[in-house]
Amino acid sequence: MTDGYTADEMMTVAAARQLRDGTACFVGIGLPSTAANLARATHAPDLVLVYESGCLGAKPDRLPLSIGDGVLADTADAVVSVPEVFNYWLQPGRIDVGFLGAAQLDRYGNINTTVIGGDYRDPAVRLPGAGGAPEIAASCREVVVVVRQSRRTFTDRVDFVTSVGYGDGPGARARLGLRGGGPKTVITDLGVLEADPATCELTLTRLHPGVTVAQARAATGWPVAVADDLATGTPPSATELTALRALEATVRSTR
Amino acid sequence: MAKLVSLADGVADLVRDGDTVALEGFTHLIPFAAGHEIIRQGRRDLTLVRMTPDVIYDQLIGAGCARRLVFSWGGNPGVGSLHRFRDAVQNSWPVPLELEEHSHAGMANRYVAGASGLPFAVMRGYTGTDLPRHTDNIRTVDCPFTGETLTAVPALRPDVTVVHAQRADRAGNVQMWGITGVQKEAVLAADRSLVTVEEIVDELTPVPGQVVLPGWVVDAVARVPGGAHPSYTQDYSVRDNDFYRAWDAVSRDRDTFQEWIERHVRDVEVPA
Repeated sequence: MTDGYTADEMMTVAAARQLRDGTACFVGIGLPSTAANLARATHAPDLVLVYESGCLGAKPDRLPLSIGDGVLADTADAVVSVPEVFNYWLQPGRIDVGFLGAAQLDRYGNINTTVIGGDYRDPAVRLPGAGGAPEIAASCREVVVVVRQSRRTFTDRVDFVTSVGYGDGPGARARLGLRGGGPKTVITDLGVLEADPATCELTLTRLHPGVTVAQARAATGWPVAVADDLATGTPPSATELTALRALEATVRSTR
Repeated sequence: MAKLVSLADGVADLVRDGDTVALEGFTHLIPFAAGHEIIRQGRRDLTLVRMTPDVIYDQLIGAGCARRLVFSWGGNPGVGSLHRFRDAVQNSWPVPLELEEHSHAGMANRYVAGASGLPFAVMRGYTGTDLPRHTDNIRTVDCPFTGETLTAVPALRPDVTVVHAQRADRAGNVQMWGITGVQKEAVLAADRSLVTVEEIVDELTPVPGQVVLPGWVVDAVARVPGGAHPSYTQDYSVRDNDFYRAWDAVSRDRDTFQEWIERHVRDVEVPA
Protein backbone atom coordinates (compact mmCIF):
# COMPACT_ATOMS: atom_id res chain seq x y z
CA MET A 1 0.00 0.00 0.00
CA THR A 2 1.46 3.36 -1.08
CA ASP A 3 -0.29 6.57 -0.10
CA GLY A 4 -3.56 4.80 0.47
CA TYR A 5 -3.73 2.65 -2.67
CA THR A 6 -2.31 -0.73 -3.68
CA ALA A 7 -0.09 -1.64 -6.65
CA ASP A 8 -3.03 -3.58 -8.13
CA GLU A 9 -5.28 -0.53 -7.82
CA MET A 10 -2.65 1.63 -9.55
CA MET A 11 -2.40 -0.97 -12.34
CA THR A 12 -6.15 -1.15 -12.85
CA VAL A 13 -6.51 2.64 -12.87
CA ALA A 14 -3.61 3.02 -15.33
CA ALA A 15 -5.19 0.36 -17.57
CA ALA A 16 -8.59 2.07 -17.46
CA ARG A 17 -6.99 5.37 -18.49
CA GLN A 18 -5.80 3.73 -21.72
CA LEU A 19 -9.37 3.37 -22.97
CA ARG A 20 -10.84 6.29 -24.89
CA ASP A 21 -14.49 7.24 -24.64
CA GLY A 22 -16.64 6.24 -27.61
CA THR A 23 -14.37 3.45 -28.80
CA ALA A 24 -15.24 -0.26 -28.98
CA CYS A 25 -13.27 -2.56 -26.72
CA PHE A 26 -13.16 -6.38 -26.86
CA VAL A 27 -12.83 -7.28 -23.19
CA GLY A 28 -11.15 -10.30 -21.63
CA ILE A 29 -12.27 -11.43 -18.17
CA GLY A 30 -10.36 -10.61 -14.98
CA LEU A 31 -8.12 -7.55 -14.85
CA PRO A 32 -9.15 -6.28 -18.32
CA SER A 33 -12.83 -6.47 -17.45
CA THR A 34 -12.32 -4.63 -14.16
CA ALA A 35 -10.32 -1.89 -15.89
CA ALA A 36 -12.80 -1.55 -18.78
CA ASN A 37 -15.70 -1.20 -16.37
CA LEU A 38 -13.74 1.33 -14.33
CA ALA A 39 -13.17 3.36 -17.51
CA ARG A 40 -16.91 3.28 -18.20
CA ALA A 41 -17.62 4.39 -14.63
CA THR A 42 -15.16 7.32 -14.85
CA HIS A 43 -13.86 9.06 -17.98
CA ALA A 44 -15.37 6.87 -20.71
CA PRO A 45 -19.13 6.45 -20.15
CA ASP A 46 -19.66 5.69 -23.84
CA LEU A 47 -17.01 3.00 -24.11
CA VAL A 48 -18.57 0.07 -25.99
CA LEU A 49 -17.81 -3.19 -24.20
CA VAL A 50 -17.81 -6.31 -26.36
CA TYR A 51 -17.62 -9.71 -24.66
CA GLU A 52 -16.91 -12.94 -26.53
CA SER A 53 -20.06 -14.54 -25.09
CA GLY A 54 -21.88 -12.41 -27.68
CA CYS A 55 -22.75 -9.35 -25.58
CA LEU A 56 -22.27 -6.15 -27.59
CA GLY A 57 -22.39 -2.84 -25.72
CA ALA A 58 -22.77 -4.37 -22.27
CA LYS A 59 -23.34 -1.82 -19.47
CA PRO A 60 -23.14 -3.84 -16.26
CA ASP A 61 -23.77 -2.00 -12.98
CA ARG A 62 -21.56 -4.51 -11.17
CA LEU A 63 -18.43 -6.41 -12.18
CA PRO A 64 -19.33 -9.51 -14.18
CA LEU A 65 -18.01 -12.69 -12.57
CA SER A 66 -17.34 -14.30 -15.91
CA ILE A 67 -17.58 -13.53 -19.59
CA GLY A 68 -21.05 -15.09 -19.72
CA ASP A 69 -22.49 -13.42 -16.61
CA GLY A 70 -26.23 -12.71 -17.01
CA VAL A 71 -25.70 -9.04 -16.13
CA LEU A 72 -23.86 -8.62 -19.46
CA ALA A 73 -26.79 -10.01 -21.48
CA ASP A 74 -29.34 -8.00 -19.46
CA THR A 75 -27.58 -4.68 -20.17
CA ALA A 76 -26.24 -5.22 -23.71
CA ASP A 77 -27.33 -3.36 -26.84
CA ALA A 78 -27.51 -6.76 -28.50
CA VAL A 79 -26.78 -10.37 -27.64
CA VAL A 80 -25.52 -12.30 -30.66
CA SER A 81 -24.24 -15.83 -31.20
CA VAL A 82 -20.57 -16.66 -30.68
CA PRO A 83 -19.94 -17.30 -34.42
CA GLU A 84 -21.41 -13.86 -35.10
CA VAL A 85 -19.28 -12.03 -32.53
CA PHE A 86 -16.10 -13.47 -34.01
CA ASN A 87 -17.02 -13.46 -37.72
CA TYR A 88 -19.01 -10.25 -38.09
CA TRP A 89 -17.67 -8.03 -35.33
CA LEU A 90 -14.07 -9.00 -34.61
CA GLN A 91 -12.69 -10.44 -37.87
CA PRO A 92 -13.45 -7.47 -40.20
CA GLY A 93 -11.67 -5.05 -37.87
CA ARG A 94 -14.64 -3.27 -36.31
CA ILE A 95 -13.15 -3.28 -32.81
CA ASP A 96 -10.76 -0.52 -31.76
CA VAL A 97 -9.05 -2.09 -28.77
CA GLY A 98 -8.50 -5.67 -27.69
CA PHE A 99 -7.95 -5.81 -23.96
CA LEU A 100 -6.16 -8.98 -22.82
CA GLY A 101 -4.40 -10.59 -19.89
CA ALA A 102 -1.45 -13.03 -20.12
CA ALA A 103 0.19 -15.89 -18.26
CA GLN A 104 3.50 -15.28 -20.06
CA LEU A 105 4.58 -12.36 -22.22
CA ASP A 106 7.83 -11.74 -24.13
CA ARG A 107 9.63 -8.60 -25.31
CA TYR A 108 7.62 -8.58 -28.56
CA GLY A 109 4.31 -8.82 -26.76
CA ASN A 110 3.64 -12.42 -27.76
CA ILE A 111 1.27 -14.01 -25.24
CA ASN A 112 1.12 -17.52 -23.82
CA THR A 113 -2.00 -18.84 -22.08
CA THR A 114 -1.60 -22.49 -23.15
CA VAL A 115 1.20 -24.43 -21.45
CA ILE A 116 4.21 -23.65 -19.27
CA GLY A 117 7.35 -25.78 -19.34
CA GLY A 118 8.01 -29.23 -20.74
CA ASP A 119 6.58 -29.96 -24.14
CA TYR A 120 3.07 -29.39 -25.38
CA ARG A 121 1.93 -32.98 -24.81
CA ASP A 122 3.63 -33.22 -21.42
CA PRO A 123 3.63 -29.73 -19.90
CA ALA A 124 4.71 -28.71 -16.41
CA VAL A 125 1.56 -26.61 -16.15
CA ARG A 126 -1.52 -26.83 -18.31
CA LEU A 127 -3.21 -23.41 -18.63
CA PRO A 128 -6.79 -22.80 -19.89
CA GLY A 129 -5.80 -22.21 -23.52
CA ALA A 130 -6.52 -19.73 -26.25
CA GLY A 131 -10.19 -18.80 -25.90
CA GLY A 132 -10.83 -15.76 -28.06
CA ALA A 133 -7.38 -14.25 -27.64
CA PRO A 134 -5.54 -15.28 -30.88
CA GLU A 135 -8.06 -13.54 -33.11
CA ILE A 136 -8.51 -10.60 -30.71
CA ALA A 137 -4.73 -10.05 -30.81
CA ALA A 138 -4.73 -10.42 -34.61
CA SER A 139 -7.70 -8.27 -35.60
CA CYS A 140 -8.27 -5.37 -33.18
CA ARG A 141 -6.84 -2.01 -34.28
CA GLU A 142 -4.64 -2.10 -31.20
CA VAL A 143 -4.13 -4.36 -28.22
CA VAL A 144 -3.69 -3.40 -24.58
CA VAL A 145 -2.37 -6.05 -22.20
CA VAL A 146 -2.77 -5.82 -18.45
CA VAL A 147 -0.69 -8.22 -16.38
CA ARG A 148 1.23 -8.31 -13.09
CA GLN A 149 4.96 -8.06 -13.76
CA SER A 150 7.40 -10.75 -12.58
CA ARG A 151 10.21 -12.86 -14.03
CA ARG A 152 7.81 -15.79 -14.22
CA THR A 153 5.43 -13.81 -16.41
CA PHE A 154 7.80 -11.51 -18.31
CA THR A 155 9.91 -14.16 -19.94
CA ASP A 156 12.62 -13.99 -22.60
CA ARG A 157 10.73 -16.46 -24.77
CA VAL A 158 7.16 -17.58 -24.22
CA ASP A 159 6.83 -21.38 -23.99
CA PHE A 160 3.94 -21.32 -26.47
CA VAL A 161 2.68 -18.54 -28.73
CA THR A 162 -1.06 -18.49 -28.07
CA SER A 163 -1.59 -14.94 -29.37
CA VAL A 164 0.82 -13.06 -31.59
CA GLY A 165 2.24 -9.70 -30.62
CA TYR A 166 5.02 -8.54 -32.92
CA GLY A 167 6.20 -12.11 -33.62
CA ASP A 168 10.00 -12.10 -33.95
CA GLY A 169 10.24 -8.36 -34.45
CA PRO A 170 9.82 -5.62 -37.08
CA GLY A 171 7.77 -6.62 -40.13
CA ALA A 172 6.54 -9.90 -38.66
CA ARG A 173 2.89 -8.87 -38.38
CA ALA A 174 2.81 -7.74 -42.01
CA ARG A 175 4.49 -10.98 -43.17
CA LEU A 176 1.89 -12.98 -41.26
CA GLY A 177 -0.94 -10.96 -42.80
CA LEU A 178 -2.28 -9.78 -39.44
CA ARG A 179 -4.54 -6.81 -39.97
CA GLY A 180 -4.65 -5.26 -36.51
CA GLY A 181 -1.92 -3.05 -35.05
CA GLY A 182 -0.69 -5.34 -32.27
CA PRO A 183 0.12 -4.81 -28.59
CA LYS A 184 0.76 -1.10 -28.30
CA THR A 185 0.71 -0.90 -24.52
CA VAL A 186 1.32 -3.22 -21.59
CA ILE A 187 0.17 -2.05 -18.17
CA THR A 188 1.59 -3.74 -15.09
CA ASP A 189 1.64 -3.24 -11.33
CA LEU A 190 5.04 -1.53 -11.74
CA GLY A 191 4.51 0.72 -14.74
CA VAL A 192 3.72 0.97 -18.41
CA LEU A 193 5.58 -0.52 -21.36
CA GLU A 194 5.00 0.58 -24.95
CA ALA A 195 6.11 -1.06 -28.15
CA ASP A 196 8.97 0.90 -29.74
CA PRO A 197 7.82 1.76 -33.29
CA ALA A 198 11.26 0.93 -34.76
CA THR A 199 12.30 -2.21 -32.86
CA CYS A 200 8.82 -3.43 -31.82
CA GLU A 201 10.32 -4.17 -28.40
CA LEU A 202 8.30 -3.41 -25.30
CA THR A 203 10.01 -0.43 -23.72
CA LEU A 204 9.47 0.85 -20.21
CA THR A 205 8.02 4.33 -20.68
CA ARG A 206 6.40 5.00 -17.32
CA LEU A 207 6.82 3.87 -13.75
CA HIS A 208 4.07 4.00 -11.19
CA PRO A 209 4.82 6.35 -8.27
CA GLY A 210 7.40 4.89 -5.89
CA VAL A 211 8.66 2.20 -8.31
CA THR A 212 12.32 2.24 -9.46
CA VAL A 213 13.88 1.15 -12.77
CA ALA A 214 15.86 -1.44 -10.81
CA GLN A 215 12.63 -2.98 -9.52
CA ALA A 216 11.17 -3.13 -13.01
CA ARG A 217 14.36 -4.68 -14.40
CA ALA A 218 14.41 -7.25 -11.61
CA ALA A 219 10.86 -8.27 -12.54
CA THR A 220 11.61 -8.69 -16.26
CA GLY A 221 13.15 -11.83 -17.74
CA TRP A 222 15.02 -9.99 -20.50
CA PRO A 223 17.19 -6.85 -20.52
CA VAL A 224 14.26 -4.49 -20.84
CA ALA A 225 14.70 -1.28 -22.82
CA VAL A 226 13.99 1.91 -20.90
CA ALA A 227 12.80 5.10 -22.63
CA ASP A 228 15.07 8.17 -22.47
CA ASP A 229 12.08 10.22 -21.35
CA LEU A 230 10.94 7.71 -18.73
CA ALA A 231 8.10 9.32 -16.80
CA THR A 232 6.34 8.73 -13.52
CA GLY A 233 2.63 8.02 -13.74
CA THR A 234 -0.08 9.97 -11.98
CA PRO A 235 -1.38 8.29 -8.84
CA PRO A 236 -5.04 7.27 -8.81
CA SER A 237 -7.36 10.18 -8.13
CA ALA A 238 -9.88 10.02 -5.33
CA THR A 239 -12.62 9.69 -7.97
CA GLU A 240 -10.87 6.76 -9.64
CA LEU A 241 -10.21 4.97 -6.36
CA THR A 242 -13.75 5.45 -5.12
CA ALA A 243 -15.18 4.15 -8.41
CA LEU A 244 -12.81 1.14 -8.45
CA ARG A 245 -13.56 0.19 -4.85
CA ALA A 246 -17.30 0.55 -5.45
CA LEU A 247 -17.00 -1.81 -8.44
CA GLU A 248 -14.99 -4.33 -6.46
CA ALA A 249 -17.50 -4.17 -3.62
CA THR A 250 -20.17 -5.31 -6.10
CA VAL A 251 -18.26 -8.58 -6.52
CA ARG A 252 -17.98 -9.12 -2.78
CA SER A 253 -21.71 -8.50 -2.36
CA THR A 254 -22.56 -11.30 -4.80
CA ARG A 255 -20.50 -13.81 -2.81
CA MET B 1 -41.19 -34.43 -33.97
CA ALA B 2 -38.96 -34.71 -30.92
CA LYS B 3 -39.80 -37.36 -28.34
CA LEU B 4 -40.51 -36.22 -24.80
CA VAL B 5 -38.40 -38.47 -22.59
CA SER B 6 -36.98 -38.78 -19.11
CA LEU B 7 -33.39 -37.64 -18.71
CA ALA B 8 -32.24 -41.22 -18.00
CA ASP B 9 -33.96 -42.58 -21.12
CA GLY B 10 -32.74 -39.70 -23.28
CA VAL B 11 -29.10 -40.30 -22.30
CA ALA B 12 -29.48 -44.11 -22.55
CA ASP B 13 -30.93 -43.85 -26.07
CA LEU B 14 -28.74 -41.12 -27.51
CA VAL B 15 -25.29 -41.19 -25.88
CA ARG B 16 -23.15 -44.26 -26.58
CA ASP B 17 -19.67 -45.37 -25.54
CA GLY B 18 -17.05 -44.01 -27.92
CA ASP B 19 -19.29 -41.19 -29.16
CA THR B 20 -18.24 -37.66 -29.95
CA VAL B 21 -20.41 -35.66 -27.58
CA ALA B 22 -20.89 -31.89 -27.34
CA LEU B 23 -22.50 -30.51 -24.20
CA GLU B 24 -22.52 -26.85 -25.19
CA GLY B 25 -23.29 -23.72 -23.23
CA PHE B 26 -21.36 -20.49 -22.76
CA THR B 27 -21.40 -19.95 -18.96
CA HIS B 28 -25.19 -19.79 -19.34
CA LEU B 29 -27.44 -22.87 -19.93
CA ILE B 30 -24.77 -25.51 -19.31
CA PRO B 31 -26.40 -28.98 -19.30
CA PHE B 32 -25.01 -30.13 -15.93
CA ALA B 33 -27.84 -32.58 -15.14
CA ALA B 34 -27.33 -34.36 -18.47
CA GLY B 35 -23.58 -34.54 -17.81
CA HIS B 36 -24.26 -36.13 -14.43
CA GLU B 37 -26.55 -38.70 -16.07
CA ILE B 38 -23.72 -39.58 -18.49
CA ILE B 39 -21.46 -40.18 -15.47
CA ARG B 40 -24.16 -42.27 -13.72
CA GLN B 41 -24.63 -44.41 -16.81
CA GLY B 42 -20.87 -44.96 -16.91
CA ARG B 43 -20.18 -43.91 -20.50
CA ARG B 44 -16.57 -44.47 -21.57
CA ASP B 45 -14.14 -43.41 -24.33
CA LEU B 46 -16.09 -40.28 -25.18
CA THR B 47 -14.61 -37.54 -27.30
CA LEU B 48 -15.90 -34.51 -25.44
CA VAL B 49 -16.33 -31.39 -27.52
CA ARG B 50 -16.96 -27.90 -26.23
CA MET B 51 -15.63 -24.38 -26.71
CA THR B 52 -15.40 -23.73 -22.98
CA PRO B 53 -15.08 -26.99 -21.04
CA ASP B 54 -15.73 -25.97 -17.45
CA VAL B 55 -16.80 -27.71 -14.27
CA ILE B 56 -19.12 -30.32 -15.84
CA TYR B 57 -16.30 -31.41 -18.18
CA ASP B 58 -13.92 -31.45 -15.19
CA GLN B 59 -16.38 -33.87 -13.57
CA LEU B 60 -16.77 -36.03 -16.70
CA ILE B 61 -12.98 -36.16 -17.18
CA GLY B 62 -12.33 -36.95 -13.50
CA ALA B 63 -14.99 -39.68 -13.59
CA GLY B 64 -13.13 -41.36 -16.45
CA CYS B 65 -15.76 -40.87 -19.18
CA ALA B 66 -13.47 -39.09 -21.66
CA ARG B 67 -10.65 -40.22 -23.91
CA ARG B 68 -10.28 -37.05 -25.89
CA LEU B 69 -11.17 -33.37 -25.56
CA VAL B 70 -11.74 -30.95 -28.45
CA PHE B 71 -11.85 -27.42 -27.03
CA SER B 72 -10.68 -23.83 -27.05
CA TRP B 73 -10.61 -22.73 -23.38
CA GLY B 74 -10.66 -25.01 -20.37
CA GLY B 75 -11.07 -23.30 -17.01
CA ASN B 76 -13.35 -22.55 -14.09
CA PRO B 77 -14.80 -19.21 -15.28
CA GLY B 78 -14.06 -16.39 -12.89
CA VAL B 79 -12.27 -18.77 -10.49
CA GLY B 80 -9.18 -20.40 -12.02
CA SER B 81 -8.03 -23.76 -13.32
CA LEU B 82 -9.81 -27.07 -13.77
CA HIS B 83 -7.85 -29.45 -11.57
CA ARG B 84 -9.28 -32.73 -12.92
CA PHE B 85 -8.54 -31.57 -16.49
CA ARG B 86 -5.01 -30.61 -15.41
CA ASP B 87 -4.46 -33.91 -13.64
CA ALA B 88 -5.57 -35.83 -16.73
CA VAL B 89 -3.25 -33.83 -19.02
CA GLN B 90 -0.26 -33.66 -16.67
CA ASN B 91 -0.56 -37.11 -14.99
CA SER B 92 -2.97 -39.19 -17.14
CA TRP B 93 -5.36 -39.57 -14.16
CA PRO B 94 -7.72 -41.40 -14.14
CA VAL B 95 -7.00 -42.10 -17.82
CA PRO B 96 -4.90 -40.25 -20.40
CA LEU B 97 -6.68 -37.39 -22.11
CA GLU B 98 -5.84 -36.57 -25.70
CA LEU B 99 -6.30 -32.92 -26.66
CA GLU B 100 -7.33 -31.22 -29.86
CA GLU B 101 -6.97 -27.54 -29.21
CA HIS B 102 -8.43 -24.57 -31.06
CA SER B 103 -9.33 -20.94 -30.54
CA HIS B 104 -12.93 -19.88 -29.89
CA ALA B 105 -13.21 -18.53 -33.43
CA GLY B 106 -11.94 -21.84 -34.82
CA MET B 107 -14.38 -23.93 -32.79
CA ALA B 108 -17.31 -21.64 -33.60
CA ASN B 109 -16.52 -21.87 -37.31
CA ARG B 110 -16.15 -25.65 -37.13
CA TYR B 111 -19.70 -25.87 -35.78
CA VAL B 112 -20.93 -23.41 -38.43
CA ALA B 113 -19.50 -25.64 -41.17
CA GLY B 114 -21.10 -28.69 -39.55
CA ALA B 115 -24.47 -26.96 -39.30
CA SER B 116 -24.15 -25.72 -42.89
CA GLY B 117 -23.41 -29.13 -44.37
CA LEU B 118 -20.01 -27.95 -45.61
CA PRO B 119 -16.73 -29.86 -45.28
CA PHE B 120 -14.82 -26.93 -43.79
CA ALA B 121 -15.01 -23.31 -42.74
CA VAL B 122 -12.74 -20.50 -43.83
CA MET B 123 -11.58 -17.74 -41.54
CA ARG B 124 -8.77 -15.39 -40.66
CA GLY B 125 -7.16 -16.85 -37.61
CA TYR B 126 -4.39 -18.77 -35.91
CA THR B 127 -1.75 -17.08 -38.08
CA GLY B 128 1.61 -16.93 -36.32
CA THR B 129 0.45 -18.90 -33.28
CA ASP B 130 1.80 -22.28 -32.18
CA LEU B 131 -1.66 -23.88 -32.35
CA PRO B 132 -1.43 -25.17 -35.97
CA ARG B 133 1.80 -27.05 -35.12
CA HIS B 134 -0.09 -29.18 -32.62
CA THR B 135 -3.51 -29.44 -34.23
CA ASP B 136 -3.75 -31.20 -37.56
CA ASN B 137 -7.26 -29.79 -37.98
CA ILE B 138 -5.92 -26.29 -38.68
CA ARG B 139 -4.69 -25.83 -42.25
CA THR B 140 -4.52 -23.14 -44.89
CA VAL B 141 -6.48 -22.65 -48.09
CA ASP B 142 -5.95 -20.25 -51.00
CA CYS B 143 -8.89 -18.03 -51.89
CA PRO B 144 -9.95 -18.99 -55.47
CA PHE B 145 -10.80 -15.34 -56.20
CA THR B 146 -7.97 -13.31 -54.67
CA GLY B 147 -5.27 -15.94 -54.07
CA GLU B 148 -5.01 -14.84 -50.46
CA THR B 149 -4.01 -17.54 -47.96
CA LEU B 150 -6.65 -18.11 -45.32
CA THR B 151 -7.20 -20.59 -42.50
CA ALA B 152 -9.42 -23.63 -42.96
CA VAL B 153 -10.93 -25.72 -40.18
CA PRO B 154 -12.94 -28.90 -40.81
CA ALA B 155 -16.63 -29.21 -39.99
CA LEU B 156 -17.36 -30.48 -36.52
CA ARG B 157 -20.11 -33.09 -36.53
CA PRO B 158 -20.76 -34.51 -33.07
CA ASP B 159 -22.56 -37.86 -32.84
CA VAL B 160 -24.74 -36.19 -30.26
CA THR B 161 -25.16 -32.65 -28.94
CA VAL B 162 -26.78 -31.96 -25.58
CA VAL B 163 -28.00 -28.48 -24.61
CA HIS B 164 -30.19 -26.98 -21.92
CA ALA B 165 -32.91 -24.43 -22.73
CA GLN B 166 -35.69 -22.49 -21.06
CA ARG B 167 -38.70 -24.36 -22.43
CA ALA B 168 -40.30 -26.57 -25.04
CA ASP B 169 -43.82 -27.38 -26.13
CA ARG B 170 -45.32 -30.87 -26.33
CA ALA B 171 -44.18 -31.29 -29.94
CA GLY B 172 -40.59 -30.73 -28.80
CA ASN B 173 -40.12 -27.26 -30.27
CA VAL B 174 -37.47 -25.61 -28.08
CA GLN B 175 -37.02 -21.97 -27.10
CA MET B 176 -33.84 -20.53 -25.60
CA TRP B 177 -32.72 -16.96 -25.02
CA GLY B 178 -30.07 -14.83 -23.32
CA ILE B 179 -26.47 -15.81 -24.09
CA THR B 180 -27.02 -18.65 -26.55
CA GLY B 181 -23.36 -19.13 -27.51
CA VAL B 182 -22.94 -21.74 -30.19
CA GLN B 183 -25.79 -24.04 -29.10
CA LYS B 184 -27.92 -23.72 -32.23
CA GLU B 185 -24.95 -24.53 -34.46
CA ALA B 186 -23.90 -27.45 -32.24
CA VAL B 187 -27.39 -29.00 -32.39
CA LEU B 188 -27.69 -28.53 -36.16
CA ALA B 189 -24.18 -29.97 -36.71
CA ALA B 190 -24.90 -33.17 -34.75
CA ASP B 191 -26.40 -36.49 -35.86
CA ARG B 192 -28.52 -36.71 -32.72
CA SER B 193 -29.60 -34.19 -30.11
CA LEU B 194 -30.99 -34.10 -26.61
CA VAL B 195 -32.37 -30.90 -25.10
CA THR B 196 -33.12 -30.59 -21.39
CA VAL B 197 -35.59 -27.81 -20.53
CA GLU B 198 -36.82 -26.00 -17.45
CA GLU B 199 -40.46 -26.56 -18.38
CA ILE B 200 -42.78 -28.01 -21.00
CA VAL B 201 -45.63 -25.70 -21.94
CA ASP B 202 -48.75 -25.92 -24.10
CA GLU B 203 -47.95 -22.78 -26.00
CA LEU B 204 -44.54 -21.11 -26.62
CA THR B 205 -44.80 -17.35 -26.06
CA PRO B 206 -42.30 -15.46 -28.26
CA VAL B 207 -39.38 -13.83 -26.38
CA PRO B 208 -37.02 -11.12 -27.71
CA GLY B 209 -33.76 -12.54 -29.01
CA GLN B 210 -34.91 -16.13 -28.73
CA VAL B 211 -33.44 -19.05 -30.61
CA VAL B 212 -35.96 -21.64 -31.78
CA LEU B 213 -34.99 -25.22 -32.43
CA PRO B 214 -37.97 -26.79 -34.21
CA GLY B 215 -39.02 -30.21 -32.91
CA TRP B 216 -38.10 -31.82 -36.23
CA VAL B 217 -34.37 -31.11 -35.77
CA VAL B 218 -34.30 -32.37 -32.18
CA ASP B 219 -34.42 -36.07 -31.23
CA ALA B 220 -35.45 -35.87 -27.61
CA VAL B 221 -36.53 -33.30 -25.04
CA ALA B 222 -36.41 -33.99 -21.30
CA ARG B 223 -37.95 -31.79 -18.64
CA VAL B 224 -35.21 -31.14 -16.07
CA PRO B 225 -35.97 -28.10 -13.92
CA GLY B 226 -32.70 -26.63 -12.63
CA GLY B 227 -30.82 -28.80 -15.13
CA ALA B 228 -28.20 -26.10 -15.65
CA HIS B 229 -27.25 -25.72 -11.98
CA PRO B 230 -24.68 -24.41 -10.91
CA SER B 231 -24.74 -22.45 -14.18
CA TYR B 232 -27.88 -20.42 -14.80
CA THR B 233 -30.95 -20.20 -16.96
CA GLN B 234 -31.90 -16.64 -17.85
CA ASP B 235 -35.30 -15.73 -16.33
CA TYR B 236 -35.39 -19.01 -14.35
CA SER B 237 -32.30 -19.14 -12.14
CA VAL B 238 -29.08 -17.29 -11.29
CA ARG B 239 -25.53 -18.64 -11.37
CA ASP B 240 -24.44 -20.36 -8.16
CA ASN B 241 -21.10 -18.58 -7.89
CA ASP B 242 -20.40 -20.15 -4.49
CA PHE B 243 -20.49 -23.57 -6.12
CA TYR B 244 -17.88 -22.58 -8.73
CA ARG B 245 -15.62 -21.20 -6.00
CA ALA B 246 -16.13 -24.28 -3.81
CA TRP B 247 -15.34 -26.57 -6.77
CA ASP B 248 -11.74 -25.36 -6.75
CA ALA B 249 -11.10 -27.04 -3.38
CA VAL B 250 -13.22 -30.14 -4.11
CA SER B 251 -11.43 -30.82 -7.39
CA ARG B 252 -7.84 -30.27 -6.22
CA ASP B 253 -7.68 -33.62 -4.43
CA ARG B 254 -8.49 -36.95 -6.14
CA ASP B 255 -10.13 -38.52 -3.07
CA THR B 256 -12.23 -35.47 -2.25
CA PHE B 257 -13.31 -35.35 -5.86
CA GLN B 258 -14.28 -39.04 -5.90
CA GLU B 259 -16.25 -38.71 -2.68
CA TRP B 260 -18.07 -35.73 -4.14
CA ILE B 261 -18.97 -37.62 -7.34
CA GLU B 262 -20.21 -40.64 -5.37
CA ARG B 263 -22.35 -38.54 -3.09
CA HIS B 264 -23.69 -35.88 -5.45
CA VAL B 265 -23.84 -37.73 -8.77
CA ARG B 266 -23.64 -41.54 -8.60
CA ASP B 267 -25.80 -41.98 -5.50
CA VAL B 268 -28.49 -39.58 -6.64
CA GLU B 269 -31.86 -41.10 -7.54
CA VAL B 270 -33.31 -39.67 -10.74
CA PRO B 271 -36.85 -40.22 -11.95
CA ALA B 272 -36.94 -42.86 -14.72
